Amino acid sequence: MFDVIVIGAGVSGCSIARELARYDARVCVVEREEDVCCGTSKANSAIVHAGFDAQPESLMAMLNVEGNRLMYEWAKELNFAVINNGSLVVCMSEADVDGLEMLRRRGEANGVPDLRIIDRAELVAMEPNIADDAVGALWAPTGGIVDPFGLTVALAENAAANGVEFRFNAPVTKVAREGDAWVITAGEETLYAKAVVNAAGVYADTIHNQVAAPDDQLTIVPRKGEYYLLDTTAGTHVNHTIFMLPTAMGKGVLVSPTVHGNLIVGPTATDIEDKEAVDTTPEGLHDVATKCSLTVKNVPLREVITTFAGLRAHQAKHDFVIGEVEGAPLFFDCAAIESPGLTSAPAIGCMVSGLVAEALDLAKKPEGAFDPTRRGVVNLMTLSFDEWDELCKQDPAYGHIICRCCRVSEAQIVDVIHRVPTPRSLDAIKRRTGATMGRCQGGFCTPKLMEILERELGMRPDEVTKRGPGSELVVGINKDQIEAPVSASEGGEA
Amino acid sequence: MTKELERHAIVVVGGGPAGLAAAIGAYEAGERDILVLERDTQLGGILNQCIHNGFGLHTFQEELTGPEYAARYIALADELGIERRLGTMVMDISADRVVTAVSSEAGITRIQAGAVILAMGCRERPRGALAIPGYRPAGIYSAGTAQRLVNIEGQLPGREIVILGSGDIGLIMARRMTFEGAHVQCVAEVMPYSGGLKRNIVQCLNDFDIPLLLSHTVTRIEGRQRVEAVWIAEVDEHMKPIPGTEVRYPCDTLLLSVGLLPENELSREAGVELSPVTRGPVVNESLETSIPGVFACGNVLHVHDLVDYVSEEAANAGASAARFVQGAIDAGDGQRIPIVATDGVRYTVPSSVSVTRMPEALTVRFRVGNVFRDHYVSVYLGDERIQHRKKRVMAPGEMEQITLKRAELLAHPDIESITVKLEEE
Repeated sequence: MFDVIVIGAGVSGCSIARELARYDARVCVVEREEDVCCGTSKANSAIVHAGFDAQPESLMAMLNVEGNRLMYEWAKELNFAVINNGSLVVCMSEADVDGLEMLRRRGEANGVPDLRIIDRAELVAMEPNIADDAVGALWAPTGGIVDPFGLTVALAENAAANGVEFRFNAPVTKVAREGDAWVITAGEETLYAKAVVNAAGVYADTIHNQVAAPDDQLTIVPRKGEYYLLDTTAGTHVNHTIFMLPTAMGKGVLVSPTVHGNLIVGPTATDIEDKEAVDTTPEGLHDVATKCSLTVKNVPLREVITTFAGLRAHQAKHDFVIGEVEGAPLFFDCAAIESPGLTSAPAIGCMVSGLVAEALDLAKKPEGAFDPTRRGVVNLMTLSFDEWDELCKQDPAYGHIICRCCRVSEAQIVDVIHRVPTPRSLDAIKRRTGATMGRCQGGFCTPKLMEILERELGMRPDEVTKRGPGSELVVGINKDQIEAPVSASEGGEA
Repeated sequence: MTKELERHAIVVVGGGPAGLAAAIGAYEAGERDILVLERDTQLGGILNQCIHNGFGLHTFQEELTGPEYAARYIALADELGIERRLGTMVMDISADRVVTAVSSEAGITRIQAGAVILAMGCRERPRGALAIPGYRPAGIYSAGTAQRLVNIEGQLPGREIVILGSGDIGLIMARRMTFEGAHVQCVAEVMPYSGGLKRNIVQCLNDFDIPLLLSHTVTRIEGRQRVEAVWIAEVDEHMKPIPGTEVRYPCDTLLLSVGLLPENELSREAGVELSPVTRGPVVNESLETSIPGVFACGNVLHVHDLVDYVSEEAANAGASAARFVQGAIDAGDGQRIPIVATDGVRYTVPSSVSVTRMPEALTVRFRVGNVFRDHYVSVYLGDERIQHRKKRVMAPGEMEQITLKRAELLAHPDIESITVKLEEE
């Protein structure tokens, strides 16, 4: 019997698990995919929002501002990449300047520090490529960008190091109450827990609706967002995260550098029905390509290295749904975590773990029993050649480059493979090291990564996948379905 | 603690066909202190996975496989005792020719080179660069990645194959996958002509009844985990899919052969001027880049159709580098004459000539921008046409060349440009 089962190993689930690890409790995270960070958490804008967007007094507003503050703190102890580059909301017409003022006041009401409205001259000085008709902007210096994979993996690794268990490839098909326990059917397994946290992303409604009263049903609408990711050669086209102040013409898209040095452009916002539909569409990509030029000049879209789509877990009330479900004791929702959910993740972890701990009357682990730190993964891009040389002396595998686009060596790949949770696929390695994320998109390093996975984890080539079962990279060996012709010299008994 | 700076007269970045021929060319021009840096564990570059034949017809007058062709150059380099470091990747080249490399054995090494020869080759344009809508499942490979899996690892990437793009590697892989027991349904090419060599279309597609769909492209990819189908549509003259022409091809694999890009990240960081057309360095008659003492050859300079031309070009780059370190190259540009590519000629390599530095006869290579039938390749010195050669057919997939003679340029001392163009008559 677990004390707590967290459903979903996205950024919210992993943050909650990590914070629950501070308590003397048996915690398990169950995830339907093969790894952490496989849903909404992996495909988003990767922005640390300042917190001026959400309505004052909302859960979103509070958790966003608190999450923003915690993000920079947690980055130090958990060693994931975050850059406090600041955000700009750009106003495209004098008629809309009031909108900037409104945003500023809202931000201040939410507790966002240091907001300031700047004029065009200052804007151009900060962003030389800003559109010619931009008239001014709201400057939010606490805005930032984060590695959403790195954040989620760091939380999961730190949770695991502090005793949290993980179950992967374990989709939750049933949640039921049996006596004083919750019974969870997760893949092949039946798990029991005193308390359950529903952090199931776009599927949080199907989980919730199994335990909630008929008049308390939840509907999560997958809201698709499509993006362009441009090469690092375009990574300095803008310095800050550029949002457009919504106008009568629409909402625009953001243009931002990423922590990996790329330029991200997007997203669209289309409500769909299929919760698996992370496909890009001609219309969506066209939309992004058109809208980015509203705020930024000459976005070099020809430098695109990939396009992708993610689904936000949208709910009609547009606020996070967090708390114990009525009539379902010790069942906690962490649902409708749409933007700014990534930014809010640290604060969500604190809040939900607090609710659960209080309800279960969990005691904190003794002083020193919880280690809040997690060793980061080496990023050769940030090292000087002398520092890199030192690393090579410690482990020569740091001198063997596997991913040349993102400068990832064999040492980093082997390092992450032997961590818990264990990455077993190409995408899982990518999320932890950056390998395959560059301009050749795995063209050169895919066979090498397969070889390392095979060697380190004892996998067969046809067991290595892109992202878990069903995404095998090879299907057999050469000529395995060709029957050997019976040659004359061999006689042939027929 | 920074290690001591090593010194070598010539550092060759890359030990593929270009790097090997450049090193040998430098040796034959009298230079002995040559170091080849190769990131792979063996010399030969991409030729090692090109196990089909057709290499060396010009150089050796026989048909070799890629590894055989490479082996001849490796044997020669061995014989000449040319120093090489394998498993060594160059991470940085400075404008003053300090080459920084990394390897497991030596960690970071810094080498002051008298001259640098860029021979890093090219890479394939990936799926992401095409922004094809749809999912991002397993089973989408660039043709070269599939070639490595099949020819080096012995692993089959899929059984039902669709190929997008008719570049040479895609054509070669259509045949290879067929040999290995996979079924290749078609090759779709967005242009109205193939980007590959005519001989490859005949030998790799026609001989195996694999249809080549010109003016067609992939418009959608189905399959969440693994490719399940791709949709192919005909395109109009603006390369936009024509509504109603979409056909669904159930398959488990999409191979891409949609272009090769010279791999010039190091050159760019060094400050080498790059051509927006070739995406390779802008070079002069000595195959010298905008940075004196830095030379370029092979696919990093411009994507070649035949390795034989790579070898020939690289040998010249090597000889130029040797002359540079020997002080035998005239540093002064004196009369630098630009070569203008126009009217169907997309670019020329080199793109400028110094009469004092050029050899008696200089080969200038170029590609055309479309399929041209019964056109003339014309060369003008200033306003005067000095060459006018009819070609029955010219296509973007095949390189063309002209020869400039030093004597002729000397006879035209006042010209401001040389023009290479196509003319109908």
